[in-house]
Amino acid sequence: MALPKLAVYKFASCDGCQLSILDVEDHLLDIASVVHIANFPEASREVVEGPYDLTLVEGSITTPHDAERIHEIRRQSKYLVTIGACATAGGIQALRNWKDTDLFASTVYANPEYLDTLHTSTPIKNHVEVNFELRGCPVDKMALVEVVAAFVQGRRPNIPEYSVCVECKRKGTPCVMVSHGTPCLGPVTQAGCGALCPSYNRGCYGCFGPMESPNTDMLAAAWQRLGVSHRGLVDAFRGFNAYAEPFRIASDHHEALAVAQGE
Amino acid sequence: MSEMYVSGQSGIGRLIQALAERGHRVIGPVVRNKALVYDEINGVEDLPKGWTDLQEPGRYRLEQRGDEKLFGYVVGSASWKQFLNPPETVLWSGTINPEGFMTDPAPEPPKYAFFGVRPCEVAALGVLDKVYATSNGLPSMAGYSAIREQAFIVAVNCVEPGGNCFCVSMDTGPTARGGHDIVITEIAHNGNMRYLIESGTAAGAEVLDGMANLEEPTKSEIEARDYFLTEAAAAMGRTLEVDGLPELLKGNARNPRWDSIADRCLACANCTMVCPTCFCNTVDDNLSLDGTHATRTRKWDSCFTLGFSYMHGRPMREGIGARYRQWITHKLATWVDQFEEMGCVGCGRCITWCPVGIDITQEAAAIRRADLRDTPIGIGGFV
Repeated sequence: MALPKLAVYKFASCDGCQLSILDVEDHLLDIASVVHIANFPEASREVVEGPYDLTLVEGSITTPHDAERIHEIRRQSKYLVTIGACATAGGIQALRNWKDTDLFASTVYANPEYLDTLHTSTPIKNHVEVNFELRGCPVDKMALVEVVAAFVQGRRPNIPEYSVCVECKRKGTPCVMVSHGTPCLGPVTQAGCGALCPSYNRGCYGCFGPMESPNTDMLAAAWQRLGVSHRGLVDAFRGFNAYAEPFRIASDHHEALAVAQGE
Repeated sequence: MSEMYVSGQSGIGRLIQALAERGHRVIGPVVRNKALVYDEINGVEDLPKGWTDLQEPGRYRLEQRGDEKLFGYVVGSASWKQFLNPPETVLWSGTINPEGFMTDPAPEPPKYAFFGVRPCEVAALGVLDKVYATSNGLPSMAGYSAIREQAFIVAVNCVEPGGNCFCVSMDTGPTARGGHDIVITEIAHNGNMRYLIESGTAAGAEVLDGMANLEEPTKSEIEARDYFLTEAAAAMGRTLEVDGLPELLKGNARNPRWDSIADRCLACANCTMVCPTCFCNTVDDNLSLDGTHATRTRKWDSCFTLGFSYMHGRPMREGIGARYRQWITHKLATWVDQFEEMGCVGCGRCITWCPVGIDITQEAAAIRRADLRDTPIGIGGFV
């Protein structure tokens, strides 16, 4: 029986999530034994035509060309999984959504008229139907293995949607906000990283995006009690997952307050 | 008949040594990451001499006391349940190959001595026993009793309760009520640190009998111990009125207070993770990519996650208010129906480690102040 065909596509992104696939080391051979790596330009020049059974998509939509290309990829894909903060939330480049891209283009490029770019960076799900989202900046490599394994075995991927705090406590790390007043996005951020930053006495940066029921208002109030300004909250929520709705609403809210209060 | 001795700090070191010599992995309080955690100790020098932990709702700070106390803190940031029901436990794993299916050998259960268990925490071990050990005709949870039965418990009475403590309300402290093998009381007496060491079980007495250089306590040392423990009972940071509490909570399922909590609660699950009695687990099955190796892992779960109540395509407790209501009502009301006691020992961890400082004692008091059982909204009871 032919193995399911795997494709990996890249949109606006840093390639870090694709590299995570190549970084699974021993498991890479296992992956190659259960799926046919049919279209993965970062790994192999060999490209087998679609349709594909499992497609991993990295990156966000930032150009008119990409906005078209993703539809063709969707048509070629039976099961489409977006990987990483860019593909699931628009990525760090979604900061352009609050700015004037024409101004950036004219500042950076000598001949901006050759550019054909959109004014926004948007997640893949805003353009086509997505079957599963794998969060993170970058994704956790073992979570990638889990997604492939779940697909091959015909089950739901075992990926948590609760807060970073659950992983942090399972690890035995005392809360950095409570024990030393370090602002942390962990309570509103989805688990999956293994509570990496709090393990090193730092606050969470929200790389995995909003958790299942984020209470950003109350966390922001707690940050303010630790001395963080509205402007500081805007910066915190506008990170790798700035355009994920709960973080976007929170950052807009605090930006309005920062302006109103003359911060 | 319990035996009572007294020693200086060297006696505490010798006790740790004696337990290690009996093959126990001795776990006690150590300072790490700007907090007190429970981890392996090798001697008295590993204990948090001169440290204390200031605890308020949502705030914890380690500070130097300016004295030589070994046990001048309140409680560790995480509880002892991490050793009895580890956050992640492989229940079994196995491999299938042409010869057949074989399970991997299970690891030997560790033989612990818990050193510095507060009276509320000793009580919490008793609460966990009712849940996890053989009871109600049910078998014990896999792996629990094997660890629990070998664990040696050295309790330390509380002479300085913390700001979030309410063990007096829950009748679990500040003096150990039993369930320990040995109990220590640390007192500053005539300018010296003195440790009254009492056995609680025959096993505890046997360890003490084998130790050299323990002295008989003087009458004034025993009086000092009793004085400090009486003072401690009067110095609780908080109070929880438990009278009629189960009926109160069960009858206030529609109290608008739950909406107020929903606005404040992060549903981050910190409270349940640090709680010494919260016992919920979930089980993950994992199969290797090639389908030949399977692992079943038990992990701590929390009633604050959506997945916890997910069934038939949706979570049954979608709102955060409903999740908090479930938690506090289980802790202080329906736990009594299940296990004939409350699931709270008054250690105050859920108050301290809540990043936004939600206080279980205040929330219960708020429901009591706005009891809706005799109003039309209260009719219908639990929904």
